[in-house]
Amino acid sequence: MATRQPLLEVRNVSKMFGSVLALSNVSAKFYAGEVTCLLGDNGAGKSTLIKILSGVYQPTEGDYLFEGKKVVLNSPREALAMGIATVYQDLSLIPLMSVWRNFFLGAEPERRFGPIKGYDIGFAKQTVREVLGHMGIFIRDPDQPVGTMSGGERQSIAISRAIYFGAKVLILDEPTAALGVKQAGMVLHHIVRAKQRGLAVIFITHNPNHAWPVGDHFIILRRGRVLGDCRREEITQADLMNLMAGGEDLVKLQEELAALLEEPLEAVGEAPNVQEAGGAG
Amino acid sequence: MSAKIATVAPSPEEQLVQVGLVRSIFRRVEIGALIGAVAVWLLFALVAPGNWLSVTGVARILDPASTLGIMAITVALLMIGGEFDLSTGVMTGTTGLVAGLLSTRLGWNLWPAMFVALVIALGIGYVNGMMVTRTGLPSFIVTLATFFVLRGANVGITRLVTEQVYVGGIDKTQGFDLARLIFNTGINVFGVEFRSSIIWWVVIAILASWVLLRTKYGSWIFAAGGDANAARNMGVPATRVKIALFMTTATAGWLVGMMNIVRLRSAVASQGIGQEFVYIIAATIGGCLLTGGYGSVIGASIGAIIFGMAQVGIVFAGWDTDWFYSFLGVMLLAAVLVNNYTRRRAQEISLAAAKARTEG
Repeated sequence: MATRQPLLEVRNVSKMFGSVLALSNVSAKFYAGEVTCLLGDNGAGKSTLIKILSGVYQPTEGDYLFEGKKVVLNSPREALAMGIATVYQDLSLIPLMSVWRNFFLGAEPERRFGPIKGYDIGFAKQTVREVLGHMGIFIRDPDQPVGTMSGGERQSIAISRAIYFGAKVLILDEPTAALGVKQAGMVLHHIVRAKQRGLAVIFITHNPNHAWPVGDHFIILRRGRVLGDCRREEITQADLMNLMAGGEDLVKLQEELAALLEEPLEAVGEAPNVQEAGGAG
Repeated sequence: MSAKIATVAPSPEEQLVQVGLVRSIFRRVEIGALIGAVAVWLLFALVAPGNWLSVTGVARILDPASTLGIMAITVALLMIGGEFDLSTGVMTGTTGLVAGLLSTRLGWNLWPAMFVALVIALGIGYVNGMMVTRTGLPSFIVTLATFFVLRGANVGITRLVTEQVYVGGIDKTQGFDLARLIFNTGINVFGVEFRSSIIWWVVIAILASWVLLRTKYGSWIFAAGGDANAARNMGVPATRVKIALFMTTATAGWLVGMMNIVRLRSAVASQGIGQEFVYIIAATIGGCLLTGGYGSVIGASIGAIIFGMAQVGIVFAGWDTDWFYSFLGVMLLAAVLVNNYTRRRAQEISLAAAKARTEG
């Protein structure tokens, strides 16, 4: 495994916001044709890490390597130009705009009309229909506003757009977070398809049940550090769950809750007293 | 650049389903304005058929509608881009005064004077755009400040220079005749005088509609107004788009300012005050959402026609013109309610279709 060259790599990356250390000495490797799941609770540093990967933030310390070469990304635009596409949870589609306008936003196909250039709308509509059709999403009307589509369909559109525009690395920020079981399944399908096409998929989630079926490689972050970094064959689903939930913390929490049940209820004062106490405090 | 994609074949039946006629009608952004225009037209056709149905009547309606339409079109573009401009009305006054003062007081040819007025307008538009995008303050507040500054400066400077609140004698300046011919002259059609500003209006409407619907810049405008952050994530220069739109409304203010001074042969310090809301109302009747990301240039033009009809119709009907603004208020509310209803209907139909697709 160690001989393969990772497509994307961060080495000893740290990020400070003022005096707050958001990421501390994080190293991670992402390979083509693999799904790397980035897991962690809220505040674990997942979003800081993906913002570094997608070029939004620059690391305070450490190196960023793409295809084995050190690079410095100054903007998401530069990352995109290199083939690193990020699908944000709800931030990359415009709800009031039609499917085809959204799909080609920022990369509009153009056609010459004599001396002037116009939007090649026919091509855009046709392409959107075909590309999404291949993804299993059938668009009756490419003029349909994206806001009227389901959450799963929106994620799928964003993912197929990244693939269509030739992404090598696909960063998915909590794509299944707000979705029901069926819709989340649809997104997981697209993740596997993207991996089959040879993309390095970085799948951010806090749900191990979504990570386990698709992941080849799991990185668990906690309080800005890498808590665990293992390949699928090195770990069981139960281990993953445990790591994710914080292991001992969970056991401790269970004990505490059990103890709480044993205790008698504390006397709560009458309403006026509560008000007085509130006023005094 | 495009990846080869081959998995599930799309089912042809699904693709061939045609969009229902009802849905495509409801989908029209301009539907509220169109219904309103027909209603107002019918109203005055019944009340004052004699004047209303004549060529003169049409010319009278299109006269105020043309300058208002030019402004409403650019204001609509800006509103689709997610911003307001309250300095548009007073801008017609400022540019007129600048051109008028430079030509009458300094003896300039009217053309360089008009050019300087244009540069000033573009500068003010640029400052509006920069302030809004840099500070993140609502454009409503920023341009309200611009409005008051200009309103004060219009009167202050004019009085300082002329000791009056108007600049007269613009028709005696060099270059006036050509300016009048180009910007605002009367054209005889069937023995009735139509204003040439109508031609400007139609050309600008076609051009703006083409840019909005048929170029990438149009998509960028919708995106900047729909969700500026998402647009930036996709590589759309949302800030530049917004600044350009502020400069566009300022340019329209300049154009209408020039049309006014060559027609009236003078510039008045109070010119355009209060008109900014009229432009916004016309754009809103035309289907623009106050929250941005949605609207139509053609709708804004229809909104301007409704204004023209109301203004002229009230006179033709012999009603008290004091009630003009009350009439407009009712029109605004009615048109917005219709817009709201049709938009919801269109979305419900789309949602129903989406549901049928996932469940079936």
